This record gives sequence, C-alpha cells and structure tokens, in this order.
Amino acid sequence: MGMSETLYETGEPIADAKAPGGPIEDRWTTRKFEARLVNPANKRKRTVIIVGTGLAGGSAGATLAELGYNVIQFCFQDSPRRAHSIAAQGGINAAKNYRGDGDSVHRLFYDTVKGGDFRSRESNVHRLAEISNEIIDQCVAQGVPFAREYGGLLDNRSFGGTQVSRTFYARGQTGQQLLLGAYQALLRQVDAGRIELHARHEMLDLVIADGRARGVVVRDLVSGEIKTYTADAVVLATGGYGNVFFLSTNAKGSNVTASWRAHRKGALFANPCYTQIHPTCIPVSGDHQSKLTLMSESLRNDGRVWVPETAGDSRAPGDIPEDERDYYLERIYPSFGNLVPRDIASRAAKNVCDEGRGVGPGGLGVYLDFADAIERMGRPAVEAKYGNLFEMYERITGENPYEVPMRIYPAVHYTMGGLWVDYDLQATIPGLFVAGEANFSDHGANRLGASALMQGLADGYFVLPNTVGDYLAGAPFGEVPAEAVAEAESGVRAQIDRLLSIDGDRTVDSFHRELGHIMWEYCGMERTDEGLRKALDLIPALREEFWRRVKVPGDGEGLNQALEKAGRVADFFELAELMCVDALHRRESCGGHFRAESRTEDGEALRDDDEFGYVAAWEWAGPEALPVLHKEALEFEYVKPSQRSYK
Amino acid sequence: MKLTLRIWRQNGPSDKGAMVEYKVDDVSPDMSFLEMLDVLNERLILDGEEPVAFDHDCREGICGMCSLVINGAPHGPERATTTCQLHMRKFKDGDTIDIEPWRARPFPVIKDLVVDRTAFDKIIQAGGYISAPTGAAPDAHAMPVPKPDADRAFEAAECIGCGACVAACPNGSGMLFTAAKVMHLGLMPQGQPERYDRVVDMVETHDDLGFGGCTNTGECTVACPKGISLDTIGMLNRDYLRATAGGAKK
Amino acid sequence: MAVSGGLLVLFIVVHMVGNLKIFFGREEFDGYAAWLRAIGTPALHETWFLWIQRAGLTLCVLLHIGTAADLAVRAKRARPVRYRHRPKVQGGYAARTMRWGGVILVLFIVWHILDLTVGTVNPRGVHGEPYGNVVAGFQPERWYITLFYALAVIALGFHLRHGLTSALQSLGRGNAVRERGLSAAAAVFAVAIVVGYLSVPFAVTTGLVT
Repeated sequence: MGMSETLYETGEPIADAKAPGGPIEDRWTTRKFEARLVNPANKRKRTVIIVGTGLAGGSAGATLAELGYNVIQFCFQDSPRRAHSIAAQGGINAAKNYRGDGDSVHRLFYDTVKGGDFRSRESNVHRLAEISNEIIDQCVAQGVPFAREYGGLLDNRSFGGTQVSRTFYARGQTGQQLLLGAYQALLRQVDAGRIELHARHEMLDLVIADGRARGVVVRDLVSGEIKTYTADAVVLATGGYGNVFFLSTNAKGSNVTASWRAHRKGALFANPCYTQIHPTCIPVSGDHQSKLTLMSESLRNDGRVWVPETAGDSRAPGDIPEDERDYYLERIYPSFGNLVPRDIASRAAKNVCDEGRGVGPGGLGVYLDFADAIERMGRPAVEAKYGNLFEMYERITGENPYEVPMRIYPAVHYTMGGLWVDYDLQATIPGLFVAGEANFSDHGANRLGASALMQGLADGYFVLPNTVGDYLAGAPFGEVPAEAVAEAESGVRAQIDRLLSIDGDRTVDSFHRELGHIMWEYCGMERTDEGLRKALDLIPALREEFWRRVKVPGDGEGLNQALEKAGRVADFFELAELMCVDALHRRESCGGHFRAESRTEDGEALRDDDEFGYVAAWEWAGPEALPVLHKEALEFEYVKPSQRSYK
Repeated sequence: MKLTLRIWRQNGPSDKGAMVEYKVDDVSPDMSFLEMLDVLNERLILDGEEPVAFDHDCREGICGMCSLVINGAPHGPERATTTCQLHMRKFKDGDTIDIEPWRARPFPVIKDLVVDRTAFDKIIQAGGYISAPTGAAPDAHAMPVPKPDADRAFEAAECIGCGACVAACPNGSGMLFTAAKVMHLGLMPQGQPERYDRVVDMVETHDDLGFGGCTNTGECTVACPKGISLDTIGMLNRDYLRATAGGAKK
Repeated sequence: MAVSGGLLVLFIVVHMVGNLKIFFGREEFDGYAAWLRAIGTPALHETWFLWIQRAGLTLCVLLHIGTAADLAVRAKRARPVRYRHRPKVQGGYAARTMRWGGVILVLFIVWHILDLTVGTVNPRGVHGEPYGNVVAGFQPERWYITLFYALAVIALGFHLRHGLTSALQSLGRGNAVRERGLSAAAAVFAVAIVVGYLSVPFAVTTGLVT
C-alpha cells in the first residue's frame, strides 16, 4: 500500500479488552457483576470530572453524584440545559414491544448492527438494546412528558430505517424533554452539594499524571481565567464534530476541542470519516447562512419525497402533474419507500439533484410533500403530529408547507466517529471515559434515527456508573504532580497568546467557512480518491494561512467570543485532515462513508468486509508527524454481514 | 436592505454602558436576525473594533440561549419566535432597530448583550425535579397518565428557559418560568409526592433571587417564544395556597 | 392583594346598589342612608356598625396599598436599569395602569368623603340629607365635578377589570378553559360597575333626578 507511506503509519492492532465473552445476552450482566465496587465511605473520597452536560454528561453526572461520588462538571454554555441534545426532535428507541409488532431486544440489536453497516461492535450494540428499556422507565419516573394515547399508555411511532414502531417521543421535542429530565436530575444533585457545576467554562486540555487522566485545564469564559481541576477520573461527554463542515445542524458552539485535545494527549480517535448526512434539512438560502436547520425525519412517515421527472423543470410544484413527478424513494426502494435509512435517503437526494432535477435556489433541494397526508388524515391530524415543525419551516423559509410542499436537502447532522473506547467506554488513556456522540462506539458507520438519544442516556445513566466505579475501585492514584498541571496550563496559555498576537486580516469565521466548503465538497456525501487528495492539499495550506492571517480582536481577559471560536477552528483544521486521511484510506463504501469508487452496479454502497472490517483508531504522533493507524478487527457472531438492502 | 442598529454596548458588568449606532448594508431578507449581527461583527473585527457579544447556540429556537430585546420586545416583533428564528424579512428597508439585553437584577449583564441567567438554574435546583434515583424506576407502563394531563404537562414543559418572560415583565418577575415547571411536574402522577414542597421552595427561591412579584400583567406569555400560557401561574398560585394556607407542605 | 381587593369589591357592589336607590325618590334614598346608621341596633349603639365597617374598609385599603407598594418596590429593584426603547404594552392597558389607577382612586376617595360623607366641599352639605347633597353636588353648572367623578369611576373600571381576573388568578382559580370566560366576565362586571356608578351623577347633571 503505497499510500500509507505518504499519509499515515500503521501501528499495532488494538483490541477491546473489556467485553466479556459468552452468550451476547449475558455479557453486560457479566461485566456488571465482575465490575469492582467502591464502598460508600470511599465513594465520598473519589472525584469525577465530567465535561459536557448533554444527555450523556448530564445523566452521568446525576447518577454518579447520586451514587455518592463527588462530581465536578463543566459546560461552555450558560446553563447545562443548553447542551445540544436539546435540539433532537424525533424520538428515542426502545425494545419495549408495547405495540406487540414483533419487536425485541434482539431485533433492536440486529437493526442497529445492520443499520450501522456492520462497522460496530456487537457487544456494545447488544448492551445498548438491553438498556433501552430501562431508559424509558427511568425517564418516565422523572416525569418526562412523552406522548401518550387516550388510554394513558405511551405512544410509539416508527422511525427512519425500521419496520416496527419502537420510537418513544414527545411531539417534535423529544431531545428537549429528555435533556430537561437529565438536567433536573443533575441540578437535584447540585442542590444536594454533590456536584460542583461550572457553566461558561471550556475545557482546553487534559491533565495526565502517571499515565492516567487526572484533570482538565479550563478557561472561564467570563473572566478569561485559566484554571486546572483535578480528580480521580475524567469523563468527556462533549458531543460530535459536525461543525468541521461549518454548516451543519449542530449548535454554533458544538466543537471537537475537548476530544481533540485529549487525542493530542494520546487518546486514539476512531473512524473520524463516518459522518451522517441527514436527508431532511431546510436547504441553504444564501452565503450568509450560519447553520442548517433539521426537520425531523419523522416527517418522512407521512410526507412523500419527489422531484420533477425531467431535469430543468422550473414549474411551481402545484403545476407539475402527478405523472410527471418522480417519487424516487418509493420507486427505487419499494419495501421501505420514504423510510429508508438516512444515508440512503441523503445520497438519493444528491443523485437526483446531480441529474439537474433538484428544486429551489441553486437546484439543491427536493420536495417533501404532505398533500396526500392532509387528504388522508385531515389537516387537524397533520397539525397535531407535525404542527410545530411546519411552523418552524414557515418561519425560516416564509413558505406555508400546508399549501406548498416543503423543500429539503441533506445536511451534516451527526458524527459516528469519535474517541476510541473499550466496552467500559474507557479511552486509550486510563481514567479517561468518553460518552455519547463524543465516542465512536455503537453506531458503526451509520446511526439509525432515534438512536442517539438512546445511546447518550445509556452511556450516562447505566454504563458509566458501573464502569467508572470499577476503575475508581483501583484508586487512590496519588497526587497529581504540579509539573503536569503547569505543563498543560502553559500549553493552553501559549496557544491563546499566539492566536491573539497574529492580528492578521481575516476573521475566524471566514476560515471556518472555507474549511467547511472544502470538507463538504471533498469529504461530504460522496468521496473520491482524487477529491480527498485535493482536500489534503488544501487543508494544510489553509491551516497555515490561518495561523498567519487570522485576526482575533480583544484580549484573553474576560468574555471574548472570537477567541473561543478561534481555538475551536484551530482544532477543526487538524481534525479535518485526519478525517480526509481516514476517508482516503477506507477504500470501501459503508454507511455514512460513500466512496464513489466502491459501489454496486446499481449505484449502491459496496462494502469490503475482508479488507475493511475493522475500526480505524488513529494515534496522534505530533503536529508534523503522520498519524498512526491501529486496527481493531470486528467480529460478527450473531448478525452475519450482508449487503444492506432496503429495496 | 439597509438598516440602522442601535446596540447596547457594555464592556463588562461594572461598565455603565450605552447605546451605540451602527449602519449595516446588504442585509438579505432571508437572513436570520443573528446572521445579520454576524455580518456586522465580521465588519467590526476587520475594522479593528470589538465585535458585539451576544448569546446564541442552537439557532433553531430550542436551546434558549439567544436573547435580545429588539425594539422593546424580547425576541423581537414576531410572536412565538426566538431571536435566532426571527428573519429580516420581518423588517423594512431603512428601519432603525434598537437592540438591548434582558434587563433584570437577577440577570446581570456580563458584556454587551450577554447576561447571566444562572438564577433560573437556581430556581430549578430548589425543587424543579422529581426525585427518581437511576435504576429504581418501575416499568414505564406501570402508571398510566391521562392524555390530557400528559399533553398539558408537555405544553408547560416546552419552556426553553430563555428568560424572555422576565425581560418582558414590568415587574421583572420570573413567575411564568417558575410556574411552567411547577405545572409540568405537578400534572404528572410521578410528581405528586413532592408537589407542595416543590412549589413553596421554588417560589421562595424565586423571590430571594430578586425577581419581582407577579401582578398578572400577561406581558410574559405574549413574549414567550413557546407561548407558555398564564394558566401555569394560576396552577402555581393554587398549589402555593394549598401548600401554605392549606398546610399541604410537609 | 387579592383578599383585600376582594373585600373592597364587595363594598363597591353594595355601595352601588345603595346609590341606585336614588332613582326611587328622596324618601327611599334618605331612609336607606338613615338605616345604614341604624344597622346592628339595638345590639349595637347607633352608627357603631358603620364605624366598624369604616374601620374594616380603611384596613383593607391600607393593606391593599401596602401590598401594592411592596410589589412596586420589588419591581423597581428587579429592574435597576430601564429599557432605552420603551416596551410596547402587549398584555393589556388595564394591567399596566394598576398603580396610577390606584393613586387616582385614593385621591378620589378623599374628595368623595369630603364631598358626600363629611360634606365640607359639597355646596349644600346638610348632614342626614344625602339626596339633597347629591343633587346639589352634580348640578349642570358643576359639570367639572361630574367629569371628575366620571374619570375616577372609569379608572375604577380599569382597576377592577384587571384586578378581578388577577385576583382570581392569584387565588388559583384560572385555568386555560376558564381563563377566557373569566376575563370576559370581569370585563362585563367592570362595565356594569362603571355604568351603575355613573348613572347617578349623570342623571343629576342631565336633570333626570332633581
């Protein structure tokens, strides 16, 4: 492989040493039983740092504190309730089988492994499916107002990529309601004095002592002060890195910095190229665009996706007769129709737009039409189900979706890659745990709808409390040497000083936008060898320019939002390069990673299990050195890899 | 579109602050209000001036981080809309727009348009939760919830904690925020055991934090981007009376 | 606030019913006034009940003003820096004029007592003959007095319009379904009070009652 000589080095393979063997149904029970316990008196002596207050971080903080540990928790927003989990719309999966439609833990496990295009670990996914039921129980006990039927029992709906109704929801605001549940549980512990909460604090480095993660360096975003907090273990629940594309459905503040700085300190970063492009977002309206807005894919349950049959048809949608419309998802995938998984729906939209059949400004959009649904269910029923989404659409576009079909286009939404963790969610640095979207663990190369909330809460409420406890049973780990703290702090200060001293002539946003264009163009929905190589020429050049020409106004004292952004974008540059290297090395198509060179005769993604049936875990070797690839082989005992077919 | 902006600039909590005028050209009607401010900030940075600090995050109307009192109205002129979802097509070419921070003693200004809303967390901390230890929950179907209750609880739970109710209230009261949580949890069967302690603890904390008293002016519900209704306050009052006068608080 | 206000509302209703007796003639009206002094006799000495009632009303008014002042002070403290762009009133003017309306009402009550209870500022001011005093007080040439009464009573109407819904809300009676109905009922009630009270001075000024 000539490529490896120029782009990366290959290191030793790695393995997940924590997953127990035996029948898959028993593994989590076994692991929990084998996990060492910490007695209550010792729990009071142990401190855990948690960075992030989303579903994973919030639930982990609440639960660890409830167990008796001291928790120090950080978020960069002004309140833990702002974490971006709050924006998840559609729902949360669980294998309750309340509908009696043939669902089970095994089916949820099977669907998730298959949906992930056979690039996830069976043990992890099975655990997720098992825990899914406990999550619903837990959330209901907290008072989460899930949608209910007239009999008072919980309602369910089906969601992209599955044929059973296993998705629990709270209108179009499921993430909000689940997050508020976790947030309230978290604040209950703050009130009880078990959690020390620091909002408007951003983690800028990891403190390592004696090979273990022992603390974090943070910047108080209000005072500008750089501070270090130490503990016995550190949990990162800092979300995904979709904002490397500048335009995404992520919140503006979502960033990779915490994960990336941990990566630079030695934590391996797995599968960075697995990016989920969500098919139902509101299309870009102009150059001013600062973010993309997702329309819940639950809309695909009742809306029908179509484009004009002929390219360049510029008639208004209402003037295009039925027989000149192409309901392409129903045509190509008759058994799943509009409900095919996200990656497939997104690529199909890109294909019809590439054929010149796209609609709206720039031809980058397809219709999502509710005319049939309104006729079938009546407008009030449609309103009850999707009212808030329709309003949101109208506010943003100025068009009324009850009368004119919505226009949608794919947008970056979720990143399946993240810091590599073992079955215990522990990274390659002992004492560093990673939860939620920030880790790579459960979704393989593609995440199914309504599974992110499930994973975040599974990690936080149920996995970490067991596995962090097992780790802490080995404590105490000794004093953190002052040199370790000083070294981390001085690195952070040096970077801030450097950013402030450049005083160039381009804004941070202008660089971020340009980086985003490169990534969307060459490392987006469709990737090619040639395009990725081009990106790998462009990104380092742009990064070099950034460090020469960026202008960060103000100083490091006090609130400086431009400085915050600059630090995050600096990390996105390095991540972007690794994403392209990962995408280039993986010469197969799988899930959210589509290589144009690897497709079936009819254009579908073509995996190469023999060569790429592994997790690519990358090691940082230094700013000028090539990243080192460590492979974790994936084995499938229960779900035999097959070509995904939704036809 | 060309606009004149008059923006509150305040360089830190102890600075006195003042309105400063800026002209912006080339505003597209399709921009969101915050994107318009982004454009202004890009220019200010290149001109060597400090950009305007403002809070924002999700930019899709759900995180509750964005704020701004626009021409005297929290989140601007459009009902049931957060600032991040307000689009410039709601304004006219040549308009002058005044932009101020939330103004309330419990929400001190940190810088420019950024205020500290920790007080809201403190109110929730005082009792805005149901004590449900992880892992101890019964099956989700063990306790059915009548749909009308679940729906009303949900509507109250939609509150995004942005603080527009306080910004709009002539009394600087945070009662709508407090009441929304009291109603959400008070309507769920799971919330009953702590119902009366919760309301008293939350209201006392609300008052101690320096929020004004509620005189039912109704400005809050008009400003609320999620349309939280005033009847939440009715329920809070009822529960509060029952808890204090009726002796329901333990 | 709600409790003291509620008691005052009761008084306002009873007072209005008494006022309307003027349309049944001098004897009935003056007789009613005399009876007011006699309530409670012989168990109580004459006018004792009246004085107890007056004490109660004064207490209610003081409590009402006290709580209102407390709320006003808290409101002022809660917003030390005012908005440069004055917020547009969106929740209803009745609610926003409670404090000024209250001040107007206090001033009015002082005048009203001097006019028709004590009689100091009444052109006739004969003790025990309220019919004659009322007629004398609202003569057409004293139109400005009628106008002043009218303004005060309209202020009272606004005060009641918001006060009533607000009191019900504070006592926890409001809910989404009833809210609209209660609000409408409060409006109707306020209008009825305004009409009832204004009928007397206008009847005199226009010569209907002489």
